[in-house]
Amino acid sequence: MAPPESSNGHGLLELREVHASYGPIRALHGISLGVPNGAVVALLGANGAGKTTTLRAVSGMVRTVGSVRFDGRDITNSKPEDVARLGIAHVPSGRGTMTQLTVWENLQMGAYVRRDRGGVRKDFDRVAGYFPWMGERRGQVAVTLSGGEQQMLAIGRALMMRPRLLLLDEPSLGLAPLIVRQIFEIIATINREEKLSTLIVEQNANLALKIASRAYVLEVGRIVLEGTGAELLRHESVRKSYLGD
Amino acid sequence: MYLASFSFTELLQQIVSGAGAGAVYASLALALVLIYRAMDVANFAQGEMAMFSTYIAYALVGGDFGLLGSKLGFNGVHLDIANAFWIAFAVAVVVSFGIGVLLERVLIRPFEGAPLLTLVIVTLGLFAVVNGLAGFNWGYVFKTFCCAFPQSAVNLGGVSFNYTDLGIIAVTVLILAAMAVFFRFTKLGLAMRAASLYPESSRLVGVRTSWMLALGWGLSAAVGAVSGIMVAPVVFLDPNMMQSVLLFAFAAAVLGGIESPIGAVVGALLIGILLALVGTYLPGGENLRTPFALLIIVAVLLVRPAGLLGRPETRRV
Repeated sequence: MAPPESSNGHGLLELREVHASYGPIRALHGISLGVPNGAVVALLGANGAGKTTTLRAVSGMVRTVGSVRFDGRDITNSKPEDVARLGIAHVPSGRGTMTQLTVWENLQMGAYVRRDRGGVRKDFDRVAGYFPWMGERRGQVAVTLSGGEQQMLAIGRALMMRPRLLLLDEPSLGLAPLIVRQIFEIIATINREEKLSTLIVEQNANLALKIASRAYVLEVGRIVLEGTGAELLRHESVRKSYLGD
Repeated sequence: MYLASFSFTELLQQIVSGAGAGAVYASLALALVLIYRAMDVANFAQGEMAMFSTYIAYALVGGDFGLLGSKLGFNGVHLDIANAFWIAFAVAVVVSFGIGVLLERVLIRPFEGAPLLTLVIVTLGLFAVVNGLAGFNWGYVFKTFCCAFPQSAVNLGGVSFNYTDLGIIAVTVLILAAMAVFFRFTKLGLAMRAASLYPESSRLVGVRTSWMLALGWGLSAAVGAVSGIMVAPVVFLDPNMMQSVLLFAFAAAVLGGIESPIGAVVGALLIGILLALVGTYLPGGENLRTPFALLIIVAVLLVRPAGLLGRPETRRV
């Protein structure tokens, strides 16, 4: 495949020829992709294709060669906390729930960097609007939540950061189909209402492609396919490999 | 004959004085727990750091800055005001906080991600260095450092209690309450808890976890300082004064649950009272206190490794 044309230009997030490795094991072999302002972009691929590594490269959690730019600024190999402070909220695979803390404390941690108390209050109401159960159960310790609730809490915590870019790593992991659909609906709603740019990594291609305006397919550390969500939904090899046709 | 001399009054007095000693162990145990929770390492230098803090307070009160003071010619400079002890106490605690932060930055930071054994060895090295520095500067002679509380007793219901014991207990309760409020109700306290339990998730929301560890060292040094300054008037000040206290604090932390601050305090009070009773009522008991503390450590680790108030399932997920 030709290098993706779409990632040249005015994307909020731009990855150019990014290589990443864990010690001697190379996980990404020069991938380029972009997330335009306000868009949902999906990154698909099998286990071990490098999806998670791509997000970790953005957040500075893996040694990276190449260029990662956020809003025109070079953030390659920045520290995770600095990337977060620039406005990138990363919901890691397995959710990163702070299990011994309460729902409210988890959300407060999302607002850790912020100094505007009033705004944080408002954002709590906003998050509780998307996930109404959080309002009633804010004192509950997170370890007692279901997997789906923990995933929602992780997304809620990310929203409390008032991010400009949301990175979601396999939000469907280990969850029942009904819950997964709920979560994807909420992600789509958030994007629609707040124009929050989102890069979502998924094995569940069907749902991801339905809410994504653009999608990339990763295979062993390389991007092998890209297009609009609708294009990839119709694409034969995607249907075969990821949609179970 | 031992039973014959038993009196209820004496038992009560022993319990309160044991709790007073226990309160000293409690601050140091709390300091140990703070660092253990932050980095899974027992800080063997905790007692020596507290000892050094105590020398700082001692120097401020009496103007004895040791060799350094005589070389630089400022010995004799001291706090010549009312409540000098308590002002020196406050200054020493604050300075200790700074030293704790500095130690983490200089000594621990380079070993971030190193095996735990490496860190343990570093704290052992720190133990030797701090002890040596204090000995070098002030010498290995006993100094009197007096007094936090009136050297008298108060009569409550026919039993007389030392102001010192009661005062130490009160100070410890205050410290514990302050820590509880800090960790439970402040944003920074919450972030420190989160950073130690969930370093990766914390960094992803912007927490500078490495600085949180330095803060933890600072707090721990400050709380430890309280322990040293409280015990020095009772046992005399010398560079080795905290070594038995450290052992008792370890026993307390293990008994209460090494990850539980409240457990550490409860454990310390229990240990203090138990040791006081052993010292009073067992023949030759005064010499059995240290072996007894070790026995408690071993027994707890065998029977209930998580301690009284520790929860076995609270490990990192």
